[in-house]
This record gives sequence, structure tokens and C-alpha cells, in this order.
Amino acid sequence: MRSRILVLFAHPAFEKSRVHRELVKKIKQLTGITFHDLYEEYPELEINVAKEQNLLLEHDIIVFQHPFYWYSAPAMIKQWMDLVLEHGWAYGKNGNALQGKQLLSVISAGGPREVYAATGRNRYTIQEFLRPFEQTALLCKMNYLPPFVIHGTHKMELHEMKQAALQYEGLLLAFHHGLLSQEELSRVDYLNDLNPIPEALKD
Amino acid sequence: MEKSLLFQALIFLSAAVLLVPLAKKWGLGSVLGYLIAGIVIGPALFGFIGDNTHDIMHFAEFGVVMMLFVIGLELEPSLLWRMRKAILGMGGVQVMVTGLFIALVTMQFDFSWQESVAIGFTLALSSTAIVLQTLQEKGLMKTSAGQSAFSVLLFQDIAVIPMLALFPLLATLPVAVDPEAHSTNLIENLSAWVQTAIVIAAIVSVILAGRYIIPPIFRLVASSRIRELFTAVALLVVIAISVLMSLVGLSPALGTFLAGVVLANSEYRHELESDIEPFKGLLLGLFFIAVGASIDFNLLVEKPVLILGIVAGLIALKSAVLWVIGKVFKLKTDQNMLFAVSLSQMGEFGFVLFTFSNKNGILDQGTVDVLIAVTAISMALAPIMFLIHEKFVQPRIGTKMVVEEKEHDHIDESNPVIVAGFGHFGNTVGRFLKAHGVGTTFLDIDSDRVDLLRKMGFKVYYGDASRHDLLKAAGAEKAKLIIVALDSPEKRMEIVEVVKKHFPNLRILARATNRVDAYDLMNAGILNIYRETLDASLRMGVDAMHFLGFRKYAAKRAARTFFEYDEKNLKYLSSLKLNSSEYISTAKKYIEELESLIQSDLHNESLHGADEGWSEEGLIKEFGSPKTEKKD
Repeated sequence: MRSRILVLFAHPAFEKSRVHRELVKKIKQLTGITFHDLYEEYPELEINVAKEQNLLLEHDIIVFQHPFYWYSAPAMIKQWMDLVLEHGWAYGKNGNALQGKQLLSVISAGGPREVYAATGRNRYTIQEFLRPFEQTALLCKMNYLPPFVIHGTHKMELHEMKQAALQYEGLLLAFHHGLLSQEELSRVDYLNDLNPIPEALKD
Repeated sequence: MEKSLLFQALIFLSAAVLLVPLAKKWGLGSVLGYLIAGIVIGPALFGFIGDNTHDIMHFAEFGVVMMLFVIGLELEPSLLWRMRKAILGMGGVQVMVTGLFIALVTMQFDFSWQESVAIGFTLALSSTAIVLQTLQEKGLMKTSAGQSAFSVLLFQDIAVIPMLALFPLLATLPVAVDPEAHSTNLIENLSAWVQTAIVIAAIVSVILAGRYIIPPIFRLVASSRIRELFTAVALLVVIAISVLMSLVGLSPALGTFLAGVVLANSEYRHELESDIEPFKGLLLGLFFIAVGASIDFNLLVEKPVLILGIVAGLIALKSAVLWVIGKVFKLKTDQNMLFAVSLSQMGEFGFVLFTFSNKNGILDQGTVDVLIAVTAISMALAPIMFLIHEKFVQPRIGTKMVVEEKEHDHIDESNPVIVAGFGHFGNTVGRFLKAHGVGTTFLDIDSDRVDLLRKMGFKVYYGDASRHDLLKAAGAEKAKLIIVALDSPEKRMEIVEVVKKHFPNLRILARATNRVDAYDLMNAGILNIYRETLDASLRMGVDAMHFLGFRKYAAKRAARTFFEYDEKNLKYLSSLKLNSSEYISTAKKYIEELESLIQSDLHNESLHGADEGWSEEGLIKEFGSPKTEKKD
């Protein structure tokens, strides 16, 4: 049984983002993946809740793909969560619609990985910043996966972005074909670490 | 057959009601419809009217007076002052040159010079009624051709006054003494300078009255709040000025025009316009019917070659002179063509002046009969000339201009967007796209506007965007989108059909005036339809709710719901026959549904539909307190 993947993509200035352009280019056409561009679909943040809920029901793995704004997601994602994840549907006593599904955050961040640490400038790790998402998944009886994070986008070369995009593509394909075990997944902080880009390729 | 007033009214009105809509439907215009109605009920066909057409015409000429009043209302004094060159220059040259030319030709046919001058100058005049009515109906009044034609007509109306004064000097035949003939003119026996003084005094008094006496009267009447009294005052103003002008021997049309101009700045302008409008329309219609009925078909059958020959010769000569004048005054080719065609007929003053000449011993009865027939026939032909010009002549000139410009300026036109119509709608879309560096080609039919826009740096083509060769020249084969933003729904539909047929790859974004228009576009298969007032009125609705104390965000979301619902329903309603019982019941159902949806959104404690996620009702029920979970 193949997993169906829904990528909920939110970038208010997609046309200016180099890294997301590369990521989206790689995964948009993959079989088994539904790419859903929220700012394109709802330019006025007027979300069609019924449509979104149906999409969720049709997929097994839900991906939030977005830049990391103020240690969180762009407003669209919050609006989407506020409206789509209804009580009695997504959570609560009778809210079991999302039970057993997986939730994954795919994030781009300007700063390097080391500044997201107790000793770093941002004082907390990405996982700590992502607690609201983790807890949302839990409340909705979903499994929250370790995030896939692309750090240091401010100083990234194009070929590095392309490598990250390849890695992302490989990850989604692995999910689609069910190649990743729970045990394997729980071992890493970032899903990037499952199949790291060899240092030799980075220059 | 008893011909009571009511019976006559019955005949006139039925003929008009039956034939005018048909004529409009076939694209002939209302003027031609009235003329045909006149021919049908006149002596030539059914003979319902006949012996009294000249009386009716005389009465109906008052419609022309009212028309000039209404035109005056739309012309502010400053605008008129700016037109003085065109009025005196174009009008003066037209009357003098055409009059002398016709007189010279007439002299070749054994007429005395006196007769020739009278005939020449009378035939130099054109029909204010037909030309202005037709130009207005076709929306051409604001073009440079329309303005030029109007200037010339205005001069002609002025020129009639000296003609009436000077023609008696041309008399060669014994004058039949008719003591009642000029009884309306009180001052003709006074000396010349007293006459002049009185005429000037009359004009000044009209201007002063328009400025200082009429507005207070309107204010008084308006405060009485009796609707028909206002109409009565409006009519009174027009009639009083006409009478005054007749008394001093001036043209009533000119007098009321002047009054109209003076009142153009007053706050009652629109009220006056709408009050006079129906009278003007009916009387003009009556006038056109009378012209149609007065065409002497017997004379035409007796001397077809002579009469039609004269008509053809005169039209050719008059338009040739007009063409040259247009060239001298630098009208563009297309505008000049329209200008020359529009004024090529003879005018209603011909009936007056020929009868006058006959009575004053200048022209004999036989000549006058032929000339009146010529005048009437040329007037009946005028709307047909307009039609021929519009359908066959104008399209050709349009293309020529575009091809020329294309060769000169832009060899390969490959903008992704074509905007058809650069009025206020296309203008906004166009500027928006241009501001974002989107290559846009504009098409517009108004050559003056095109000129202006080109100076401002827009890539604008002159021409009718419903023509497929023009669209091709504008790059429709390579473009991605066409934005159909013209004012006229009919024209938009034409463009849509042409684009669907010839450029199926071009995506159409169409402006719609209203629902009905949107249905038509939808049924033509258009997906992207923009009702021109929908967004603005909803925005206004949101603000209205805000001022009533609703939260702005809630009002905006309600407007969004309204908009989406309305657009969705539009799709379904478009499949139903307009105003059928099913249409009405479905529309009613939709309105009720929508109202209850928004009502429940705005007023109920609980949120529905899209807003469920913001509701705390379920949480309160499940956990007893809203403070325990994510919603605090």
C-alpha cells in the first residue's frame, strides 16, 4: 500500500524564493504527491474548509512546507489550522478524521543549524520552536515526524539548493513507497540526517 | 374618415410604436424608423395622413427647438467659447462656399442669379434634427467629427436669420400680399438700428433670465414638491423663449440653445434635461414622421431622373465641400469622412425657406415643389448614408490606418495582452498591467483618445476591435489574453464571437455591465466575467456595515460569502430563461438562502460553515470551560 502525500505549501512571496523554487520544481510532478499551493489557492486567506478537509481525508502524510517566519509559519498556515482543524472533526471526543496520519514540517531557515541551540543566537532548537505543531498533531491523533530543515538559505549557492531539493525528493519518494520504518525515523533530529548530503558534494 | 385629433394621435403613435423598434432591431436607427413610419402612413402608401403634413411638421419643429435646448444644457459656456473657431470658421466657410457653388451650378440651368442665390444658400443647410439625433444615438457626438458637425449646424441655425432678412431683396416675381404672413414679427417695420438694438436686448435678456430669474423660479417650484409643476416650468421656459425669439425675428432654436447653455451650470440641469427629454423625443419623432409623409412620391414618379439627379448631385457637391473643409481644419481621415457624410443632406429649414421664398416672389411654385421633394428625399436618405458609412466605409479606413501605423512603429507586435476599449474600465486594467511591466496592446475606436494615449506613451491602435484583421494586426495570434473592456455590451459580444472563431487560443476576460449581460457572456462560453459594479458595490456595503457598528473583518467576510454565492448562482441562473417562472423562483430561493447564511454568520452565537474553526461552542460542551484547550 503506497502512502499518499499532501504538500501544503505556504509562501507569500514564492516568486522571490530561490530555495523553494528548487524544492517545488523537484516534487510538484511526483506520482503519489498532491502539491497544494495555499497562497495561490486562497490569495485573500479565505480558506475553503470543506475542500481542505476532503483533501486531508484523501492523504496519509500531511506536509507543511514553508519558510520559517518569526520562529513559526507564515500566517496562512495558522489561518489554515484555525479553520480546517475543527473541533469534532480533527480533535475532541468525536474528532477522529486525522487519526493515524503523519504530519511533517518542511522548513527553510535563513540561519545555520548551530544558531538554533541553547548556546546559539536563537536559544532554542527548531524542534522546540515547532512544539505547537507537534502538540497540534498529537491533539489530532496524528504522528508528528522530525522536521526536514534547510538551514542557511541566506548564503546558499544554487547547487546546494539543488542538492537539498534532491534530498527532499528522495525523502518524499521513500515515504510514498513506505521505505522508512518508525524506528529509523525516531532516531534522527532532522529527517535530513537519514540520508545526509556527503560533505564532498557540498562545495 | 373622420380625422379627429385622437384619431391622428392613434395613427402616429401606432406607426411609431410598430416601426421604430423594428428599425432599431435591424440596425437602421430610430430616425429611419420614424421616416419609414411616415412614408407608410403618408399619401404614398396608406394615406392616413396627407393634407396636413406641413402643419404637423411646423408643430413638430418645436422638437428641434427642444433638442437644441437639451444640447445647450450639456454645453457649458466655456466649452462653447472654445468652439468659437469651429463654429465661425467651419460653419461660415461651409455655408458660404456651398451656397455659392450651388448657386453657380443653378445658374447654368437658366435661373436668374437672384433665384440661384436663394436656392444655393437654402440647400447649403443641413438637417440639425437628423444629424444630431443620429450622432447621439450612435454615440458619436463627442468625437471630433461630431463636434465639427455640431459647430457647422449651429452656424447654419444662426445663418437662417440673415437669410430670412435678406431673401426678400432677391424678389423678382410679384409678391402675393398676405397680411398674416409675418404677423408674429413685431419689429420688422422699425428702423434697422432699433431692430438691432431690440434683438441684442432680447438675447441679453435671455442670458440674464437664465442666470438670475429662472433658477429662483425653479427653486421655488422645486420646494413645492409637485413633480408635474417642475415639468410645466421647464416647458414654460422653452416656450417663452421661443415666443420671445419669434417676436424679434430670431430663430427659437437658437434662443433656447442659448438659454440651455446659460442653465448648463445650474443645479437643475439634469432635472430639466429629464423633463424636456420625452417631449423632445416625441416631437422629433413626429417631425421625422411628417418628413417621411411629406415626400411627394407623385412628383418623384413624374420626374424621377430630375429629382434623384439633383439629390445625388447635391449630396456629392456638399460632401466634397465638407471634405475639403475637414482637410483644412485637420480632421483625421476617418473623422473627416464621417463629417462629410453626416452633413451632406438638406435640412428642415429648407421647407421654411422655400415656402418663404415662394411667398416673397423669389421662386415659383413649380421650382419650390421640386426643391422641397429633393430636400425631403435627401433627409430620408441621410440615415441610410450613415448606415452605409458605418458598415462599409469606416471599416476600410480603420484598417488602412492600422496597417500604416504597424509598418511604421511596430514591426512585430507580440504583447501577451490585448485590451479592447480604453475607456474608464480598460484604462484601469491597462494602467495596472503596465505598472507591472506587462506588455499590453490597446485598441480603441475613438481616434482622439488614441492620439492622446499615444502621446502619453501607450501602445494604442485605432480601430474596431471586433474586426478580425485588426485583432490579427494587434498580435492576437501570439497574445495570451484579450481583455474585452468596451462600453457597449453588443460590441463586446461581437468581439467575443470573433475571438472564439479566429483566435481560439486567446483567453478572454470580459467586462459585463450587469447580470443579464453576464448571462449572455456565460452562454457564449466565457469563463472569466467581471461585472463592472459588483466589487465596488460590495466594498461600499462593507463600509456601510462598518459604520453601522459591525466589525470590519466580519463584514468583509460576509461580503466575500455574498460574492462567492452570487457568482455561483449566476452560473446556474444563466442556464435558465431570463425572467421565466423557474428563473424567478430559483433566484428568490437563492436570495433567501444567502440571507439566512449571512444572517446566521453575523448574529448567531455560533459560527457556521467556514467559520466553524473559530467556534468555541463544541469545546465548551465537551470540556465545560473554554479555558482548558487550545482556544483560550
